[in-house]
Amino acid sequence: MSHVYVARAKEVAARMVGGELMILSARDSKLFSLNETATLIWEGADGATPLSEIVDQRICGGFEVDRAVAFRDAEEVVEGLAQHGILKVSNLPIEETP
Amino acid sequence: MSTLLEEMSATALRLGIPLGVQLDLTYRCNERCVHCYLDHNDQGEMNTAEIKDLLEQMATAGVFFLTISGGEILMRRDFFEIVEYARGLMFCVKLKTNAVMIHEAEADRIQALVPESVQVSIYSHRPEVHDAITKLPGSLKKSLAGTRLLVERGVKVIFANVLMRDNFQDYSGVQALAAEVGARYTVDPTITPMMDGDRSILNLNIERAELEQVFRDSSLLGTSAEEFCAPPSGALAEEDAMDTLPCSASHTFCYVSPYGDVYPCVQFPLPTGNVRTTRFIDIWKHSPQMNEVRSITVNDLPVCSTCSHSSGSCTRCPGLAYMEGNMRGPSSQDCEKSYARTGVVTAGMMARHGAKSSIGLVHIQGSLKPPFVAQANLSQL
Repeated sequence: MSHVYVARAKEVAARMVGGELMILSARDSKLFSLNETATLIWEGADGATPLSEIVDQRICGGFEVDRAVAFRDAEEVVEGLAQHGILKVSNLPIEETP
Repeated sequence: MSTLLEEMSATALRLGIPLGVQLDLTYRCNERCVHCYLDHNDQGEMNTAEIKDLLEQMATAGVFFLTISGGEILMRRDFFEIVEYARGLMFCVKLKTNAVMIHEAEADRIQALVPESVQVSIYSHRPEVHDAITKLPGSLKKSLAGTRLLVERGVKVIFANVLMRDNFQDYSGVQALAAEVGARYTVDPTITPMMDGDRSILNLNIERAELEQVFRDSSLLGTSAEEFCAPPSGALAEEDAMDTLPCSASHTFCYVSPYGDVYPCVQFPLPTGNVRTTRFIDIWKHSPQMNEVRSITVNDLPVCSTCSHSSGSCTRCPGLAYMEGNMRGPSSQDCEKSYARTGVVTAGMMARHGAKSSIGLVHIQGSLKPPFVAQANLSQL
């Protein structure tokens, strides 16, 4: 997992509405609402920061959570967001970001 | 999606967030459509820096859905720079264009910007009819060429088919054309007055019988004609009318002109402020005009609150009512639509013809035998 990088897909639109991150995928015009964990990962998904570092800094650093559990949850979140085309995932840093 | 969208809209309404904005980049246009409500002379458009600053302000204010329109948006030399900036701010961008100026290079760039959709104005499948409306020879051929380039690249294109007397008979042809090129189709049977209040172009509106035909054409409705044209269920109860808002204008939506003027809606030319002198969020939150519009509930509409259509079959546009002289009054065009749709006369139609005392009767009879009531009351008008 330390070699996983995530980047926000350029095909989406996003806005925080009433404290909730709303994401619309232009690919299929589907609207998503991200929970707190997913929002933290989205915000950190700059393509250059490894997912492990995002989890350490943004999730483990701010919440009382077991590190292994946090990593596992993060991987599930990333997999789900990637399936919907919201996040790009790579084993190398991702240069192109919106 | 609709449930989540409704939840988001409700949140925006509760918190006073301008969820959607239409921004017209220019009123200049390469076409001269007979029904257009705009003055095409440039009266001092916002420059690139002003628009970028406005986009930042709108993003901060919470605007999510950004419709970029005109005039013809590609008349702006900085069009792509502006849209790239908007996408960088993560707006959901919808574009409105006639597609005449879209060639390979423009199509590539639009595809790369990933707009949610591109709406293209098409009036007929017959060049002689379409070009007579746009007054630009060869415009249908060019618009279709631009459309095809976008569709080939996977861009969602929607044909917007405004109906008027000269092209009413062609809408099924435009539907077929949309299917052929891979575009979606939407129809608008209403011609709106000029922004300066000139109502002469309303003569282009289709006849009542044609409107009735449109509202009974299941290929246009997306629902059953029987359900869509069902008679109204009666006026809203007073407690419901207190809470029911006329539309999203000033509540979760507003319009910004190329000159920085902010209005409740593109179809509601009530000046509320200018972003060149006042910050967008301050106009949105504190403009007396914005606040006046958003204070109005159905209960405050002296005629419409008593109308049997107010519970659902009414599409009253407060902007059209404003252009008729009273934002709390009925909109005659929407009354026409409600009547064409259901066959039941509206309170606004009765009021305009000095028959207010019959309004209550319409409600009672309308629930019993709508077609008869429609004919009976029409004879009184």
